[in-house]
Amino acid sequence: MKTTSFRRVYVWELPVRLFHWINALCITVLCITGYLIANPPAILSAAEASNSFWFGTNRFIHFATAYVFLFNLVFRFYWSFVGNKYANWRNFFSFNRRFFRRIARVLKLDILLLDGQADAAVGHNALAGLSYFVLFLASLVMIFTGFGMYADMSTWWLPQLFAWVPGAAGGDYLLREIHHATMWLIIVFVLIHLYLVFFHDRRDGLGETSSMISGYKFVEEEAFPEARQKKLEQTNAD
Amino acid sequence: MEPTTTQRPTYYEELRRKGYSRRDFMKFCTMIAAYMGLEASGTAQVANALMQHPRVPVIWLHFQECTCCSESFIRSSHPMVADIILDKISLDYTETLMAASGHQAEAAMRKTMEEHDGEYVLCVEGSVPVYEDGVYCCIGGRSAIDILEETAAGAKAVIGWGSCACNGCIQAAKPNPTGATPIHQLIKGKPLIKVPGCPPIGEVMAGVLVHLVTFGRIPELDRIGRPKAFYSKRVHDSCYRRPYYDAGLFVESFDDENAQKGYCLYKVGCKGPTTYNACGVTKWNNGTSYPIQSGHGCIGCSEANFWDNGASFYTRIPTFPGFGIESNADTVGKVAAGATAVGLAIHATAATLRGKKKGAQMETEGQANAAELD
Ligand code: HEM
Ligand code: SF4
Repeated sequence: MKTTSFRRVYVWELPVRLFHWINALCITVLCITGYLIANPPAILSAAEASNSFWFGTNRFIHFATAYVFLFNLVFRFYWSFVGNKYANWRNFFSFNRRFFRRIARVLKLDILLLDGQADAAVGHNALAGLSYFVLFLASLVMIFTGFGMYADMSTWWLPQLFAWVPGAAGGDYLLREIHHATMWLIIVFVLIHLYLVFFHDRRDGLGETSSMISGYKFVEEEAFPEARQKKLEQTNAD
Repeated sequence: MEPTTTQRPTYYEELRRKGYSRRDFMKFCTMIAAYMGLEASGTAQVANALMQHPRVPVIWLHFQECTCCSESFIRSSHPMVADIILDKISLDYTETLMAASGHQAEAAMRKTMEEHDGEYVLCVEGSVPVYEDGVYCCIGGRSAIDILEETAAGAKAVIGWGSCACNGCIQAAKPNPTGATPIHQLIKGKPLIKVPGCPPIGEVMAGVLVHLVTFGRIPELDRIGRPKAFYSKRVHDSCYRRPYYDAGLFVESFDDENAQKGYCLYKVGCKGPTTYNACGVTKWNNGTSYPIQSGHGCIGCSEANFWDNGASFYTRIPTFPGFGIESNADTVGKVAAGATAVGLAIHATAATLRGKKKGAQMETEGQANAAELD
């Protein structure tokens, strides 16, 4: 029995991996603290209010994390222009025919589990790229609505950049609702994302999960040009 | 405002004639300057202005509304407020309070418009229905929209009193059968001050008018046209129950112990966190109280769409559009997350079954490779 040999390919550069985990942490913290802001638990307490500030602290964590979330995202945006080809913005935003054909292939093979020719994506597959673009948009919604609500509590110029949002949206109330509902969109994204990572890792055995830790993915020898060349020559010789 | 050609008495002269002492007058100036958020020297500015400037003519129109704005105004804490503006001193025309009626009243309005063209202040209470050529609100045989357009044309500035004029309030709530429209959508090219609230606080209304008189220009406005002095903070940010909010101590229902203790009303639907108004600072009825102080959450009456915004006055998270009365964003979100989880479980099962052959092959391969290592 012969196993194909693999080559180690450096896919996720360190900045991309750092972004990924900081982002994951921020989203987790923002979802938990945000959910608490929306649904504070009932506490029957005899303590004096002046001795207790947990809800204020919770909000503080939400806002502090929001800044990290924003700066991290800005950094990733920048990196999509200077990073390697797997980090490039074209992975997320190139809506041409080829892109949709690749999406169709991923849908067929990975989602509908039909047979067919696999999409030879080493970085993101096309559908994943699209889903990250959706996440990026959802993050922007969170940032605009969130900092829009926050602007009024702050004197710093950065949140003030978003001070126009409540007026444009017709009031804080709607902002909060959008902010709240989009959280669920993000939660659904996270569920699917986590599942698909595990699914790919289990089915293909190519180290999908660990790639975001080590940076490496394993690519079959056949995928490289020399191997393809050799194969071509062989068929010609036959 | 600059003195006008026809020399009218100043505010101060009129007040003295009505029997107010100078001391009363100065007390009033001090109070109103404080409400307007002016520094200490502002008192003198206000006093000077009221002593030197002749009264500003005011036309005050009533359209689709309940007159609660006028009610609030005449109950503002200092009787002089009402006297200055309402007691014939300044008010040239207002349907609900003027003595004249019928043709006489209409003639008075016309006179003011002609004599003080470009000088009078137009105050509008109520929204304007625009469907069916505006037949839903007619005064003296003319539609509200007609009257508004004509009076606004010669006004120096326009003030929208209350949520009706500023955002349509309840008449504009779905399905808005009369096409009730806030005035900023109908008047273009005039300085316009929005003073929303259902009603706005009397002192806030007085403050806006006194500002116009004192400085001869409209007060500084925020992005959507409300005076910053009164609408730059959320009720929540000046609420005396705020320490309970920050401590996470909430009223769970109106009859619980927490309500007795005066905890924060957030969970029983308080809209303070999304409402811009001066209630927490200025309060109502001579600074006696305001809704939250009397145990009821803020209903957000000065915010656009407060009728349609989704949550009832007693729930905080709005019902999610299109998903029935009881479902809010959390219910919809939980269902969506649940459905996703089910979908993923089905996929996982299908993938396991379909991938059996390949999986078995990978396993044999892997085991063989492991064996080779021995
Ligand atoms: C993954 C990103 C985020 C999630 C999941 C999230 C979630 C939430 C949730 C569920 C709420 C409660 C809404 C409600 O009461 O109905 C909330 C409130 C809030 N969030 Fe976020 N949020 C995120 C990002 C941000 C960002 C980037 C900001 C920017 C500063 C922000 C600022 C706020 C503010 C100001 C509030 C209102 C809190 C208050 O006034 O007490 N959020 N968030
Ligand atoms: S009662 Fe309302 S306005 Fe006051 S702190 Fe609580 S939520 Fe805010």
